[in-house]
Parts: sequence; structure tokens; C-alpha cells
Amino acid sequence: MNANYTLPRWADLVLLPAVCLAVALLAAAGVVALVGQEPSEVLSVLVQGAFGSQRGISYTLYYATTFIFTGLAVAVAFHGGLFNIGGEGQAILGGLGTGLVALWLSNSLPAWAMLPLMLLSGALFGAAWATVPAYLQAYRGSHVVITTIMFNFIASSLLVYLLVNVLRPAGSMSVESAAFAASAKLPGMHEALAAVGVEWDASPLNLSLVLALLASLAVYVFLWRTQAGYRLRAVGSSQSAAEYAGINVRHQIVIAMAISGALAGMVGMNEIAGVNGKLLLEFVSGAGFTGIAVALMGRNHPVGIIFASVLFGALFQGGAEVAFEVPGFSREMVVMLQGFIVLFSGAMVYVIAPMLAWVLSKVLKSGVQHG
Amino acid sequence: MQESLEEQDLSLESTTPRAATPLAIHMQGIHKRFGAVAANADVELQVAAGTVHGIVGENGAGKSTLMSILYGFYQADSGTIEVQGQRVVIRNADDAIAQGIGMVHQHFMLVDTLTALENVMLGAEPHWLLHKADALVRSKLDALMQATGLQVQLDALVADLPVGDRQRLEILKALYRGAKILILDEPTAVLTPQETEHLFKVLRVLRSQGTTILLITHKLKEVMGLCDNVTVMRGGRVVQELPIAQASVEGLAEAMVGRKVQMGRLDAEVRAAGDTLLSVRDVLVKDALNVVRLHGLNLDLRAGEIVGVAGVSGNGQSELLDVLSGLLTPDAGTLTLGSRTFDATQWLDPQLARELGLAHVPEDRHARAMVMDFVAWESAVLGYDSLPEYSRGGWMSHTGMRKATAALMERFDVRPRDPELKSSKFSGGNQQKLVLARELGQAPKVLLVGQPTRGVDIGAIEFIYSQLRIMRDAGCAVLVVSSELDEILALSDRVIVMNQGRVTGELAIKDCTEAGIGLLMTGGPQ
Repeated sequence: MNANYTLPRWADLVLLPAVCLAVALLAAAGVVALVGQEPSEVLSVLVQGAFGSQRGISYTLYYATTFIFTGLAVAVAFHGGLFNIGGEGQAILGGLGTGLVALWLSNSLPAWAMLPLMLLSGALFGAAWATVPAYLQAYRGSHVVITTIMFNFIASSLLVYLLVNVLRPAGSMSVESAAFAASAKLPGMHEALAAVGVEWDASPLNLSLVLALLASLAVYVFLWRTQAGYRLRAVGSSQSAAEYAGINVRHQIVIAMAISGALAGMVGMNEIAGVNGKLLLEFVSGAGFTGIAVALMGRNHPVGIIFASVLFGALFQGGAEVAFEVPGFSREMVVMLQGFIVLFSGAMVYVIAPMLAWVLSKVLKSGVQHG
Repeated sequence: MQESLEEQDLSLESTTPRAATPLAIHMQGIHKRFGAVAANADVELQVAAGTVHGIVGENGAGKSTLMSILYGFYQADSGTIEVQGQRVVIRNADDAIAQGIGMVHQHFMLVDTLTALENVMLGAEPHWLLHKADALVRSKLDALMQATGLQVQLDALVADLPVGDRQRLEILKALYRGAKILILDEPTAVLTPQETEHLFKVLRVLRSQGTTILLITHKLKEVMGLCDNVTVMRGGRVVQELPIAQASVEGLAEAMVGRKVQMGRLDAEVRAAGDTLLSVRDVLVKDALNVVRLHGLNLDLRAGEIVGVAGVSGNGQSELLDVLSGLLTPDAGTLTLGSRTFDATQWLDPQLARELGLAHVPEDRHARAMVMDFVAWESAVLGYDSLPEYSRGGWMSHTGMRKATAALMERFDVRPRDPELKSSKFSGGNQQKLVLARELGQAPKVLLVGQPTRGVDIGAIEFIYSQLRIMRDAGCAVLVVSSELDEILALSDRVIVMNQGRVTGELAIKDCTEAGIGLLMTGGPQ
């Protein structure tokens, strides 16, 4: 009897996120108006920037690709009852894994062997990085929220150390590795589309978008169609019931985190193999944390995560356009807008949902009366 | 809490108009809907001042909703409330307290880390200096304890108080705040028989001092023993209201369920038990604090026999169930299940137990037996997900699971028959039926059942009993752990009694008396 509001399924999945988004935009519009800008102009520049051109769409989807990986990572851990804050570090390690194998073998292996190897290596590095906190949680009781945060710092320091002291070519002043050979380059979307005869503007968008969509499908199938996914969700919802069912809870914790880390580690395919062609600093730049917001907004479901990722990709891309186009509108304002969206679609959902249910019940009731 | 609310034609029997006695509470025309469910429909409740008034009904009958409306947790959609003859509006618990209404919840609302005294004054401190408040409250409480016989150690931490004391503290807290009308929600659910007796003594004293008591319960014997009047609710309506002199346990049960129910023992025949299917020897269990929970326990379960384990909760019964089902590895001892023998270095695990034909209906339905977030067909395969009809090569068969669940629901009359409904949305009785269906579905050789009917409606209890008897008759070895003595006596062929981790007695059912078992439950003749 605690749930004194109930939303129909369609409203819960479609209407509620839309309303949350609208409220967030309204709040942001208020702030925009306060600083003396025209909210409608800012919004139109933002939407135009994100979706108005091939280039805009490409950038939006390029950002979205990274968010899909990190969002899925958070979601899988969440279904296992774990809050993985370490997507950032796992993505860094994933990129490192992707890059190291490329530096090592890209001169001698063709692309068809190189790229799967880079994917595998990135996923393994990410998984390994997540497994350590998982083990500590499962067998030693150290909370993953704490350990994964710490592992983010370790990961970023490790990357700096390796780039500065080990991977930097002799004589180079910039903190980055040597460039990979061509076989380690994941084809751009424009190249792939050109091969099938579609013309598309050149952009950082690359085939890892396809990989991200496949990963989403794989996560869905894993969680809801396989026995392993069933057991992982059982542990996530009720450890004591899982124990009763004979499921080894500790193993499941490690498995959930390893899969989560592997998904975060695939960020390297987009940023390192798809765009930069070399290892460098800051290629994750907060995407691990954005993944938490994405998973929250996408209700930890792969389909929701894809939509939320596109939304956040659009905010990044459109926001950059706004900062460029609208005088007096800084990058920080865009961050504020993102903040509102996280606030209203994450934290405030439970405030908005009962109100929406109330409004809906009134609307439906009056509909019945008049009909 | 969504019960099927079908109306049966058991008409409103006698709404005896009580003439002169002033009414402490008069609720009239109370309606309350939750979505499509009418939790209360045109409810009228008259409680005479200075009486104990029982409100009985199955889960979902609307009695908790009615009390929540009286205490201000919910607002009625329509209807009026009069307290001591005055029309009142109760918007929240503060309003209720101001009207002299106090409530003792089934789950105590106490802060474990504060003392008893601090809990009483929490939120009602009579002075801003704590030591002065302390003294004021203490003198008032001392007088109150003297007058009512509700004795509690005021300076003990609540965490250290036994359950009975915590309940007395809750009552004290309500009285301290000036309650003239006391609502008790299932007060005896957590008490031992002795504590229950004590509670009733106190309630009789309070009644003699003019306090009006509303007792919500499903234990009809207690209603008969304590109440002056009783209201029976079913499907959100009052179906009966009568003085206790005109009531009987059978009549009340029938009014609650809407048909005749058979609760007691069916037969007293002595049956020959078969082969021993499960036995444990010298099982020793220590908890994390190194306190011994099971002292070298021995037990045999034989085919075609129901063994009942009686005892006050917390005397090792839970550990016994966990050890037998493989959830807990003991510190010492052996277990023989069929042809396999296990010892403390290599104990049975739950998965293997199922493969060897041991099924377990756990005591704690919410924490163990089901995953409350799962839809019914996911919970219905919990622990059995490796069966070929549910999964092959790691792939779950949704159609297989749905079909099997629909069949289980049909066989065990789970309502609503909707495999897609979330497990938490079923009522307690239907959850339990689904769990039983799952555990009995694979025709186990040994069946362990903890608290088979906790939080289960009378109608479902009857059904569950009959299913357990069917298993026994089919040659299954059944162990029933229950804190309800009536249940043990109704089901068992053999009874063992536990106290502080030891078996203090083992009796054939024909030798069992309530008094005898009660004595063994407290440690036996010294």
C-alpha cells in the first residue's frame, strides 16, 4: 500500500521521461532568461547544432557512442545490485588495453585481425580493472562505491605515468604515444557509408557506434534471456533469496563487475581506435560519470540508455554550438543544463511521478465521464 | 495487498444497537479506494468507551486501512469520524494524538540506540534542558507504570530489551501522550505465549481504568478471550458486528472467509513412518559472536511423517532449517540425505540439496523465498532455473517458464492467475502458495517448511495444510517449523520442542498437550 500512485506502463516509459525533460528545459530556460538571453533562441541553436546538419548529427552520435558504453556498464552493475562509479577508470584502462595492443602489433597485423584484438584487449583491461574492487567487495566487504572511486584516480595516474615515462616517443614534447599503423584505425562512419555508396560528411563518428548498438543488444539478451543474467538479477534484487536458490553471490558480484568493466573498457574503441589513432590523456573526459546519469535516465534498460545517450550527446554537441554561437553564453551554462536534466530525470522523478499519476487519473476519469 | 474482492452472500448479520453506552469512536460511511480496489466500502464502526473491541479479517479485508484512516495516515474518500461524540477531522498522526488516540504498530517505531525513557520523550520533550525533561518524564512514567503494571527498565537501551518489553514501551509511549483510545495492530504476532498472557493482563487493567482498546488481529482465540465486541471485515466491508457472548471461533472464521473452514486436526490415527530419509547427528552451530545456536542436535526425518518443531522463535529453529537445507554450514556434525553423507568440512549446498530431492519453503518469504522485484514466472523458477524445461545450455526459455508457472498457479489456486504480475503484488497467502507450488512441483523426497502460514489468510491456511498432508501421504518426509502451537498440533505426527538450541522434548502427537509443550518450550521441567 506504499505505492499510492501507479502509472500505466506506457506513461512510465514514455510520458514520464518526456515530462522530466520538459521540466528540466523549463528550469534551464528560466536561468537563461535570468542572464538576459532569449531561451527560445538558445534552444533552437542547441537543437540546430545537434541535429541540424550531417556534421551535427555525426558529432551527437559520436558522443552518444561513448555514453552508451559507459551507461551500459553502470546498468549491468546496477542489475547485479552494485553501484559502479568506476566507469571512468575502467574506460581509461580499456583505452590503455586497446592502445597497447595496437602499439605492439599494428605494424605486423592486418586490420581484420588487429581490430578484434584491440576490442578484446580493451574489454579485458576494463574487466580486470573492475574485478579488483569486485573481489574486495565480495570477499572482503570493502564497498565498491568507495573502491571504484579510488580506482578512478589510480587509473588516471597510471595512464599519465605510462604516457610520460614509457610510451612517449623519445624527443616528443607532447604527452601521447606514437601513432598506430593504419591497420589499427577503426573506419569512420563516412568511410563505411561511402563504401556502400552513401555520401556523408567526414566526422569523428565511426563504426564503434555499430559496436555500441550490438553491445546494447547483447546486454539485453544477457540480462533477460540467459540463465547467467537471471542469476545476476536475482543477486541484484535480493542476495538472501539468491543464496536460498543456491546461487553463489560472491561469484555473481565478480561477474557483474567484470562485465560492467568490459563494457566501459570498450570506450577505447571509439576514442582511441576510432578517432585518435594513438594513446593520449583525457580521452574519457568524464564520460564514465555521464554514464551514471545516462543509466539513471535510461532506467537501466539498454533501449532507454540508447535514447538517453543520444540526448546527452546532443547536449554536448548542441551545447558546444551554443557556447560558440550565442554571445555571452558560456560552456558552463551548458553544464548547468545537463545538471538540470540529471536532477529532474534522476533525483526528482519520484516527485514528478505521483503528480503525473494524479493528473493522469483526473484526465482519464473525466474522459470516462464525458465518453 | 490486493485481494480478490468477490462478494459472497453472507449478509450483514447483527448490527446490535447498543443503547446507553457512550461511543468512544463512531466511524460512519467510510469509503476508501486505492486505484481500482475498494479497500473500505461504506464501513461503519462503533466502539463503546471502556471496552476492548476486536477487528478481525483476512489480509486485505480493509482493517488496516480503516485503522490508518482513524490514525490519520490516510484520508477517507468520504465518511465521518466521531471521537467521544465529537465530529473530528484527522489529517495526520498529530491530530489523532490530540484526540487521545494512540497506536501501537505491528513493527515497533522505536529508536534502538536510545534508552526506553528517551524513546518515550522523543518528540514530546517537556523541557529544553534534557536532564530536566528526563526527570519530568521519569516521574510521570513511574506513576503510569505503577498504575498500569506496564513495567519497563527505563534506562535500558531499546536494542537490549526483549520484544515483549519493547511492546510494553510502545504502549507506555502512547499512554504518556494521553491516549484514551489505544489501537493495537497484531500485537501478539511477535510474542511468546507467556508474553501474550502478560499483555492481555495489562490490557484488562487498562480497560478497567477506562481506556478503550481496538485490537486488530487474525487470532480468533485471542478475540474470544479478551474482547467485549468484535467486528468482522471482509472485502472492505463490515460483515458482522456482535458482542463476544454471541460469537464463536467457528462463526467468526466463517464470517471472515465467507464459507465454512476446517482448521483443526483431521484424524488422530497413528501412522507407521517409513524409512529415514534425512538425518543429522551432533550438529553444532555458533553464530558470528561465538554464541552456540545449536547444541549437538540430532534429528531423523522419515518417509510419510510430518515432524513439527515447536518453540518460541529464536531458539534455534531458523538455524536448524538453514543447516538442513544447506544454507548454513555447521561447526560440527554430519548430515545424511538419501545415500549421501556430509560433514562440516564439506556440507550440503542448496543447489545440491534440490538435486537430491530436498525442497525448502523458507521462513522468510520476503527475503528468501522470492525475489520481490521479479515477475511471478521468474520467482516461480527460483532455484530450479537449471531444469531442462526452464533453460537449455544457459538460455532461458520464457515460454517454458510462463507455461510452467501458469500450471503451478492453476494447481495451487494462486490468485490472480497472472504469471506476468510482479511477485510483490500478490497477497501473502498467494505468495506462499506460489512458493509451495514451486517447491512441491518437483515431487521432493524431503520437504522443509518454515512458518507455513505466517501472514497467510485462513482460507489459504486450510489449503496449505491439505497440500502438506498430501505430500506426507505420498511418502514425503516433512518438517514443519512454526511458532504457532495450534499449527504444530494440527499438522504433526511427531513433535519436537526446542529451547535455546537444544531439543527439550520429543513426543508422538497422541501424547501432546498444549500445556506440556508449553512447559518444554520454556526449557522443560527443571
